Amino acid sequence: MADVVIPIEVARSFCEGKTDHRVDANNIRDLVKELSKLYPGIDARLNQGLAVAIDGEIFQDWLLEEVAPSSQVNFIPAIEGG
Amino acid sequence: MGNEKDYLELIDGEKKFRHIGTRPIRPDGVDKVTGRANFGADFTMNGMLHGRVVRSPHAHAKIKSINSAKALKLKGVKAVVTGKDFPTLDPSDKAVGEVTVSFFDMSRNVIARDKVLYDGHAVAAVAATSPQIAEKALALIEVEYEVLKPVMTVSEAMKKNAPILHKGMKTSGVEPTPSRSSNVASRAEFKLGDVNKAFKEADIIVERDYTTQTVHQGYIEPHACVADINADDMATIWSSSQGQFMVRALVAKLLAMNTSKIKVIPSEIGGGFGGKTIVYLEPLAVLLAKKAGRPVKMVMTRDEVMRATGPTSGGHARAKIGAKKDGTIVAGELEMEYEAGAFPGSPVGLGCMTGFAPYNLKDVSCIGWDVVVNRPKAAAYRAPGAPVAAFAVESAMDELAEQLKIDPLKLRIKNAAVEGTQAPYGVKFPRIGCLETLTEAQTTDHYNSPLGPNQGRGVASGFWFNIGGQSSASVMVNPDGTVIVATGSPDIGGSRASMALMAAEVLGIELHNIKPLVADTESVPYSDLTGGSRVTFATGKAVVEAAEDAVNDMKRRAAKIWDVDFDQVEWKDGSACCIETDVHKPMTIADIAAMAGKTGGAISGKANINAKGAGAAFATHICDVEVDPETGHVTVLKYTAVQDVGTAIHPSYVEGQMQGGAVQGIGWALNEEYVYGKEGQLQNTGFLDYRVPVASDMPMIDAIIVEVPNPGHPYGVRGVGEVPIVPPLAAVANAVSHAIGTRMTDLPMSPPKILAAIDAE
Repeated sequence: MADVVIPIEVARSFCEGKTDHRVDANNIRDLVKELSKLYPGIDARLNQGLAVAIDGEIFQDWLLEEVAPSSQVNFIPAIEGG
Repeated sequence: MGNEKDYLELIDGEKKFRHIGTRPIRPDGVDKVTGRANFGADFTMNGMLHGRVVRSPHAHAKIKSINSAKALKLKGVKAVVTGKDFPTLDPSDKAVGEVTVSFFDMSRNVIARDKVLYDGHAVAAVAATSPQIAEKALALIEVEYEVLKPVMTVSEAMKKNAPILHKGMKTSGVEPTPSRSSNVASRAEFKLGDVNKAFKEADIIVERDYTTQTVHQGYIEPHACVADINADDMATIWSSSQGQFMVRALVAKLLAMNTSKIKVIPSEIGGGFGGKTIVYLEPLAVLLAKKAGRPVKMVMTRDEVMRATGPTSGGHARAKIGAKKDGTIVAGELEMEYEAGAFPGSPVGLGCMTGFAPYNLKDVSCIGWDVVVNRPKAAAYRAPGAPVAAFAVESAMDELAEQLKIDPLKLRIKNAAVEGTQAPYGVKFPRIGCLETLTEAQTTDHYNSPLGPNQGRGVASGFWFNIGGQSSASVMVNPDGTVIVATGSPDIGGSRASMALMAAEVLGIELHNIKPLVADTESVPYSDLTGGSRVTFATGKAVVEAAEDAVNDMKRRAAKIWDVDFDQVEWKDGSACCIETDVHKPMTIADIAAMAGKTGGAISGKANINAKGAGAAFATHICDVEVDPETGHVTVLKYTAVQDVGTAIHPSYVEGQMQGGAVQGIGWALNEEYVYGKEGQLQNTGFLDYRVPVASDMPMIDAIIVEVPNPGHPYGVRGVGEVPIVPPLAAVANAVSHAIGTRMTDLPMSPPKILAAIDAE
């Protein structure tokens, strides 16, 4: 199961403040689906302005990126630049 | 080729590149220094009209009416547009990507609807046969306002009874959602561990407030464009921006047009620094051109640039650091409020994510508040949000070093982030070069040189994420073996040269046989804009892949001609060589290109990628200043910027980015600020009053390149353009603080502020 961390603001709105989760999924799309089964509506929120980091590598646009059982997955604000 | 691991092994094994790391003259250099290059304002068309914008003289007001009848009667005036000419967008219509934008807000920033929200906010636009007539027409457009009290600072805006800019706006990110409207758009929070518990374990705690002012990106070239639209509603826009595809997408969205009906041709760009990642004039010019049936050119004055574009947020930060006596940091806390300008969206979240990133902290808390005020909507500026956060954290680090009597670089080295360190935003760093910049700085002659009276030395470190994103490239082999490399990334920092160098490395040909170009939106597939320090990394990666594609095409042609299998052909020094027999003489790229017609037609390679693996950037700066105790004037005596750049493709342009970022940061620290009058009108709208540093103000900025290759790029590239603006605010402030013996916490450190600090001692 991957260790998943979601932003505090999202956790407050959907998960009673719980930021750390363990999710069984092979890719990010399925991981988000699993989370939304527990926390309805969180999928739309995670798709809004959030990037994802899998084992330290940041993906601004995400969908089918692979997740291993030992992966650390962090949803973080999408990063803009100047 | 094509295997990133192989490339990195070559880099780590100190493989000598033929082209990468050399310093050729940039392909666009001669045109630029001889004045031949065409920038945004240089384009003209037959029958072209000249557009101007009516701007609000008020910082906050309701628009009661706009009457353009008198202006339209003026001879030579061909069209007027107001907010009513724009499509109505849904408030929830947002785009997420490189820059998260609300199209609803963006449309209202391009032209006001029911309210004006800052001095200079566009209210109407006019097109006429000459700039003079357009100017005259501005005065004939009658706008009736109901003036409201402006809110100019975050502290005013956050007061309970402050005038509200956007009725109905509730603070997001807090639970429960407030019932009252607020100027606080959102709250962001990043937390690791238990910071309160960790502070209890600290032997020493430093804590202080820091403030900065609104500053502008200060690009020399003003915003400019020409728009034309034909009878079939096909629009063409020539404009200076950081992304022709960005201009196309935003104009299409704001004017409800199909993307396929808009072609954007990029001009040369005279500086952007993030401030040209957005549109201001282009939608107005297209609408005016459509109404008038003629092309329309719009060029901002400097006054308009300062009043209505950019800037980046001023703000307040409170930084707190706890440490053990030996200098081990045990806890860090940062709370910041940033001005968003007239619409939500300051980079405060990015400030929270970056402030403590250079350090290995297990317990850290960063909270940010995004606050709207009656100033222009904040736009991106080099490493958005990071410099203000770094100013607070790096000043606190300096104070901690002072109190612990530890050398400030040694303190940073002791706590530096390394591979595997968890950043304050939760992500563990892959291979990074933070520690390497610190140790390199420690060994410089600069850091070990003596100081004189009234002189001080400051150091500071900084972090920036860098991003990848979508990039496309085409490599086209001409019949004579020369090559065109086309990308969709505007060249704002020498990227043409970098693209050509990487293509030359893969193709194995001389650089002068490669012509890099920045193509329009109909000549190359989509690319994200030039920003986020992404072009040499991401577009460079696309160029490498496209060049490899072309090499494979040429190897296939050679195999066909020699009647051997493809895997019997290798590419070496710009030629196809047959591996197992010397019967076939190597065929050069020119030989193969000359036979293209007989072997299947034109030769090319392409790559359309969404680049992952952008390596984070770290920098450490050293600054020496001398303060005149009688006038408070600060002279920067010596400045050294040390930065991990991964691999420097063209070291001169890497150094240029480091020097430019450092100078902009020095300006932010010492001189630059928006000065508003009582009613919210901007007072310093030109470069005489808004003082950016000029060459005669600065010593040579010594740039020291550190190369810790990024595993995510075939040649190890990291983005370089943004992180050099992160450390200077604190590096200069720490230097001034040491020179005068008092900690400086409020930027800019103008002479009156420094004299007041000296007098208060």
